[in-house]
Amino acid sequence: MGPLYPQELLNPEYNLLIGAIIGVGFGFLLEASGFTNTRKLAGIFYGYDATVIKVFFTAALTGLIGLFIMHNMGIIDVTLTFYPKTFWIPTLIGGAIMGLGFVIGGFCPGTSLSAAATGKVDAMAFITGVLLGIFGFIFTYQTAWEALRKSGKMGKVDIAQWIGIKEGLFIFLFTIIAILTFIVFQKWQDKWKSKMSKQDIDELGI
Amino acid sequence: MNTEKNKYMNPYVAGFFLGLLIIAAYYFAGEGLGSSGGYRDVAIGVINKVSPAYAQTNPYTAPHVADGHSPVNTWLVFELLGVIFGAILSAALYGRLKFVVGKAPHITNKKRLYLALLGGILWGIGTQLGRGCTSGLVLSGMSVNSLSGYIGLVAIFGFGFIFAFMFKKLWIKKN
Repeated sequence: MGPLYPQELLNPEYNLLIGAIIGVGFGFLLEASGFTNTRKLAGIFYGYDATVIKVFFTAALTGLIGLFIMHNMGIIDVTLTFYPKTFWIPTLIGGAIMGLGFVIGGFCPGTSLSAAATGKVDAMAFITGVLLGIFGFIFTYQTAWEALRKSGKMGKVDIAQWIGIKEGLFIFLFTIIAILTFIVFQKWQDKWKSKMSKQDIDELGI
Repeated sequence: MNTEKNKYMNPYVAGFFLGLLIIAAYYFAGEGLGSSGGYRDVAIGVINKVSPAYAQTNPYTAPHVADGHSPVNTWLVFELLGVIFGAILSAALYGRLKFVVGKAPHITNKKRLYLALLGGILWGIGTQLGRGCTSGLVLSGMSVNSLSGYIGLVAIFGFGFIFAFMFKKLWIKKN
C-alpha cells in the first residue's frame, strides 16, 4: 500500500529516479499545454486565455478524485504522505505576494523553469529573481519572517472536515464549481477572441 | 504565419495527465508535485557550499543540512531536473526551442526582463513565507483536500485578480 517511500517500501535511489521521471512528465505537460508562454499565463487574469484554469482545475480534480478513491480502496494512505500542514496567516500573506509576483513577473516557479529550459529569456530573469528572493528570505529570516511564518498554525487540516461536510460531498461541490468556472472562462475567452487580431490569436494558440 | 509552433495540447487532456502525475508523486514518494521546494534546496545548497557554518546556524537552513546529507540530494531537486528535460523534449517535438523574450507586444524587452526579475523576487519571498507555490502548495494541496492548498489558491489568484486590475497595462494594450 502507498505511499511507498515513507513506509520504506521503495529504496531511496529508485525514489529519486521515479521523481526525475515524474518531473519529465511534468515539464513535458507544462510545455505542451503552453505554460511556457507568459502571455497565456497572464491571460487567466484578464480572461483572454482560459488554458491555465482548464489545465489547473482538471489536474486538481483528477488528483482529488483519484486519491480519494485510492484512499478509500486502501491503495494509498494519504495520512502517511507529507500532507501539508496549514499555517493560514503566512500562506494568505505569502499567497498575496505570489499573486503580485504572478502579475508582474508573468510566471510561477514551475512554469518559469520549463520556459527557461526551452529558451525563454524572460523566464531566466524570473528564475534569477526567485533565487535572489529565497536568498534574501533566508538571510533576513530571523529578523523579518520567523515569527510570521510560524503564526496561524492549525496542523493538518482537511478542508471538508473544516467546513463540516463529508469528503465525497466536498469533491462533488468542487467538481460543480470547476465545471462552472470552465464555462465562464471559455465564454470570457470567446468574447476576447472575437475582437483580437489574428496575430494575437496565433501567438496564444487559442 | 506559422501556426504549427503554437499548437498546444488539449488543456483538459494535459490537466488529466498532470493529475495522474500528482497521484504518482504521492503514491511513490509521498510527496506533492512541487517546484519552489526544489529552488529552496538549490539555494540552501549554494549557501552550504559557500559557508557550511552559516548554513548550520541559520534556523531556516539548519534542518536541511543537519544529517550530513547534501541539501540538494532531494526528491524535489531530481523532479526539477526532470522538468527541465521534459520541457526541452516537448519544445523540441513541437519545434518551439528558441531564444526569445516572451511578453505582450507593446512592452519593451528591457522592461519585460526587469519586471520578470522583480516578479521572481516576490515569488522567492512568497513561496518561503507561504510554504510552497502553485504546484506544491496549491495543486498538490488541493489534491489531498488540504485547507492550506485552498487558502493558497484563493490568496494567489484572488489577490492576483486585484493586482492584475492595477497592472493591466503590462499585458493589455490601451486602445
